[in-house]
Amino acid sequence: MTKSRSFLKHEMVKFILFTILILFLPLAFKGGYLLNVFVFVGIHTLLAVALNLLLGYAGQISLGHAAFFGLGAYASGILTATHGQNPWLAMAVVAAAVGTLAFIIGFPILKLKGHYLAMATLGFGIIVYIAFNEAVELTGGPSGFSGIPNLSLGGVSFDTDFKNYYLIWGMTLVTILLSLNLVNSRIGRGLRAIHDSEVAARVMGVNVRFLKVQIFALSAVISSIAGSLYAHTMTFVSPTSFGFNFSVELVTMVIIGGLGSIYGSFLGAALLTLLPEILRAFQDYDIVVYGLLLIFMTMFMPGGLVRGIPALVGRIVMRSGAGSKADA
Amino acid sequence: MHIGQQIAQYLLSGLSTGAIYALIGVGFAIIHNATGIINFAQGEFVMLGGMFTVFFLTVLNLPLLVSVILAIAAATIVGVAFERLAIRPMKNASPISLVIITIGGSILIRGIAMLVWGKDTHAIETFSGNEPIQLGEATILPQHLWIFAVTTVVIICSKLYFNYTISGKAMRACAYNSRAAGLVGIDVRRMVLFSFAISSAMGSMAGIIIAPLTMTSYDVGVMLGLKGFCAAIIGGMSSGLGTVFGGVILGILESLGAGIFSSGYKDAIAFIILLIILFIRPQGLFAKGDTERV
Repeated sequence: MTKSRSFLKHEMVKFILFTILILFLPLAFKGGYLLNVFVFVGIHTLLAVALNLLLGYAGQISLGHAAFFGLGAYASGILTATHGQNPWLAMAVVAAAVGTLAFIIGFPILKLKGHYLAMATLGFGIIVYIAFNEAVELTGGPSGFSGIPNLSLGGVSFDTDFKNYYLIWGMTLVTILLSLNLVNSRIGRGLRAIHDSEVAARVMGVNVRFLKVQIFALSAVISSIAGSLYAHTMTFVSPTSFGFNFSVELVTMVIIGGLGSIYGSFLGAALLTLLPEILRAFQDYDIVVYGLLLIFMTMFMPGGLVRGIPALVGRIVMRSGAGSKADA
Repeated sequence: MHIGQQIAQYLLSGLSTGAIYALIGVGFAIIHNATGIINFAQGEFVMLGGMFTVFFLTVLNLPLLVSVILAIAAATIVGVAFERLAIRPMKNASPISLVIITIGGSILIRGIAMLVWGKDTHAIETFSGNEPIQLGEATILPQHLWIFAVTTVVIICSKLYFNYTISGKAMRACAYNSRAAGLVGIDVRRMVLFSFAISSAMGSMAGIIIAPLTMTSYDVGVMLGLKGFCAAIIGGMSSGLGTVFGGVILGILESLGAGIFSSGYKDAIAFIILLIILFIRPQGLFAKGDTERV
């Protein structure tokens, strides 16, 4: 009992430190271009945390998560720009609708395992992507959908990077806190049991099928909210942001950061969002680097950055320690 | 054109794209049965087949037949290299890691192709002219005949290989039970390498014979690969007739759907079929209990 309490205290301290880091980060950027990039790091972190709940904790892959993100973005955009609804109301209604959709398709999809699950989610993602392109009257088709209003709260319109940074990171931090709470609860233990062995989990009394579908739906809801935030921040959406490549990018963020680590998702999202900015100098080479990164990380750092870096540092310290001993 | 004529035309063009999907799907099935891996990079070998052919034909000015043979050889080398460098080191990896590795490989191959050959679309001359052939109600191009012929020959050859040669039989043994195959002296790792070689060669052939009809570019592999996978799923991951039927069914439904409903949703049709099959009969349409899977 005391052990779990000190563990929770430890988690709280980590979270508070992380929050402080995020709150003061904009001071370092002085409102420049990096601030804009970190707005997107926030959105991507939200998405990576959502996918990590499914992939890292429950061990169920999804190669179609960009679809939930896109559905949130487009539905929010259409409800507010075309039908003039309240953006906050729209965000909530859309998230509920996307969650319901995920819940319904979750039952047949999550019956599948491994490669088949990957392909089914991929197929779902591509169908949704094609619909974004083809339903021209609704979505504007391949040329995109513009004129989405910014969010506003009590007369304050979130129309600058600075304001959006705090809006998005506020949402992201709340989601991180809730996710940490979730994964350290009975449900989180159930999920990890499913990850290790579905049969064993079932024997221990975990309702495997229902729990998998629930976490899939929750993950979709968070992704949809991220989509709504994205739409209101960008005020413009187009199908290319929600294709197969972005689904793969999300999976990469989670894996590079570290499966089953919430802060790892932040690291992965930050790295993959910053990397194209750094690689912009190399223009088209970024896709090659991206592929190599995926392969090398899976081969040599299967635990992701969050476990790989401490291990690497530990090894270097050990080696230099052994070296200095040898010198003496 | 009256409706019967139209449908005959859709059926024929569906049959030819279906043959391509079948060829790619059989490649998927061969690797899957030998290793348990779904090779998400399969589509890139299709792209490499077409792009290498363009390269040998237009840059090096080689004759068609030589270009085609060299292109198949080059794509096969890439396939073998991919297995040695990325798949073999991952001995006891989880399916998710393997999915990621093959996705990484596919991004890498596509990226390199883009750097080397650029983003333009390239055309290849048809193998024997563009004179349409009247076939009952519909017309087809000589290239369609090439597609049917190559697919038929490749499928028959692979059937003969798996049934009548030592290494083909050894590969089937690995598919049934790789540990038992190892115990009777079959070099399982070599068989895995073979499976990558065969399926990258098959994929590249598919890419070469379709290129004159649809043109080719660095990114054609994604969709073709996924469609090939659909064919293999419909066929229950068999490397024989099941997948061939799967490809043909997919090609025909797609072509009818595009013609009758909307061509924009053509690609969606394949994936809707994929989802329905995965939901209702994940073992494929033709599987009857425990089937032979190589």
